[in-house]
Amino acid sequence: MERRLITFWRIIHTGIVNFMRNVTLAVAAMAVMVVTLTIVLFSVITNATFENTIAQITNKISVSAYLLDTTSEAQAKQLVTQLRRQPGVQRVQYLNKNDALAAYVAQNKNNQSLITAAATVGNPIPATIQIYPKDLNEIQDIKTFLVKPDNQKLQTPESPSYNGDRKQAIDNITHATNVLRKIGVVTVAVFAVICALIIFNTIQMAIFNRRDEITIMRLLGAGTTYIRGPFVVESAIYGLLSAVFSILIVNSAFLASSNALQASSLGLLDINYANQYFEQHFLQLLTMQIAIGIIIGTVSSVIATHRYLKFKIK
Amino acid sequence: MILLDRVTKKYARSEGQALDRVSLHVEPKEFVIVVGQSGAGKTTLLRLLTREERPTSGKIIIGGIDYDKLKDKDIPLLRRKIGVVFQDFKLLPNKTVFENVAFALEIVGVSNREIRHTVPKVLDIVNLKGKEDRMPRQLSGGERQRVAIARAIVRQPRILIADEPTGNLDPKHAWDVIKVLEKINRYGTTVLLTTHNKDIVDKLKRRVVTIQNGKVASDRANAGYKH
Repeated sequence: MERRLITFWRIIHTGIVNFMRNVTLAVAAMAVMVVTLTIVLFSVITNATFENTIAQITNKISVSAYLLDTTSEAQAKQLVTQLRRQPGVQRVQYLNKNDALAAYVAQNKNNQSLITAAATVGNPIPATIQIYPKDLNEIQDIKTFLVKPDNQKLQTPESPSYNGDRKQAIDNITHATNVLRKIGVVTVAVFAVICALIIFNTIQMAIFNRRDEITIMRLLGAGTTYIRGPFVVESAIYGLLSAVFSILIVNSAFLASSNALQASSLGLLDINYANQYFEQHFLQLLTMQIAIGIIIGTVSSVIATHRYLKFKIK
Repeated sequence: MILLDRVTKKYARSEGQALDRVSLHVEPKEFVIVVGQSGAGKTTLLRLLTREERPTSGKIIIGGIDYDKLKDKDIPLLRRKIGVVFQDFKLLPNKTVFENVAFALEIVGVSNREIRHTVPKVLDIVNLKGKEDRMPRQLSGGERQRVAIARAIVRQPRILIADEPTGNLDPKHAWDVIKVLEKINRYGTTVLLTTHNKDIVDKLKRRVVTIQNGKVASDRANAGYKH
């Protein structure tokens, strides 16, 4: 047990010493790791920002069901209850005729003629149920539910409002957000794979340069773990430091964008939210980067040393 | 004890045999010099002993270990029991003199305290005291070879194999190395030395095994160089 502990600490110590003695190789390997990890981090933040944009759009879109004046309060409440039970529904807001009028007045407070017209003819605004979907893709299911004969007979002919002019707009938004989501996921996945391949090749090259060292250790009777261990520790240090550097780079980029450029958005990318997301998830992102860096470094060095550790006895 | 019984080594691409039914018996604490011209098969013989190569046929037993029964995973254990000095030194370039010698002890799990105690003593034996912190590139050829010897003997192996350890050295440094090998032998280590340096063979007056065309041409006690 004591011998194993000694060996363990020796492997860690040798890995750290090797890291410091092979600074040139370390800088080359880490430069590649920093760049790729930074790209991965940017893609993750960009993806989160797009998700937020999509969520904001979703929150602003609702389906309105306009109830006939003949529909009783009890029937309306029953419909609200049924709607709340629908899986795709996030929340439901019921406005009786008076509430609906008040809301209409509030919305058009700057248009006195509309308010006067509404007051003149009595209350022309129907009781309204506003249904907010969890996801834009759920709108079709909500619509299908509302146009069922039992439900449709409680509503005005124009209801639900998803039909008509807004349909095309909502469909377009739904399509666009779905595409954005897919692009986000694919981007993160592609960059993660590229990152892994580049880092793997870099570490493999670094170990290739030291293959004679491995051969000598083998001839002296060193075991596989004892030879491979320091290389793994060294590569893990590459990963750890690269992760920290990449976080610092992204942090500096956000500081620069908010301080110097005063930018709040870059096309579809909401810089303010991206910055906020980065700050709020700093620890998670740092952990993620460190984990990716260490895992890729470790796995790469294990695979790269494997070929030189085989006993090639002729 | 080293025992080779009708050992043959044939390489796939070569016409002849690198070693042809070589039999050799070396007693514990013996100092045996293996001589022969370049390509005679000396290095092949030593590479078979360190299990860098497998014999095509024949039997090898070293220190009670039968190579026929040796599995790949046990090769490191075998190599830890034999000290080897290579003609091209094979020092670890990124380690200091002290660390190169200490490495042989580290891999067998010796404590740091014992390493700090043992390594300076061995460096003293090979006259490298005061050069502990030098890197191999800062040493002369003779000094590098002495580091390699220190590394080979620090574990106090019962068998030391030295493959042309004087091959790259001038006469003065060559003799320094040979003196160290004699000293180790006096402490009880079996030494198997390959060389084609006539001067060294003549002056040492030890058992000389001559290899010619892969065969043992002669095996004489207290002999000089003879072809």
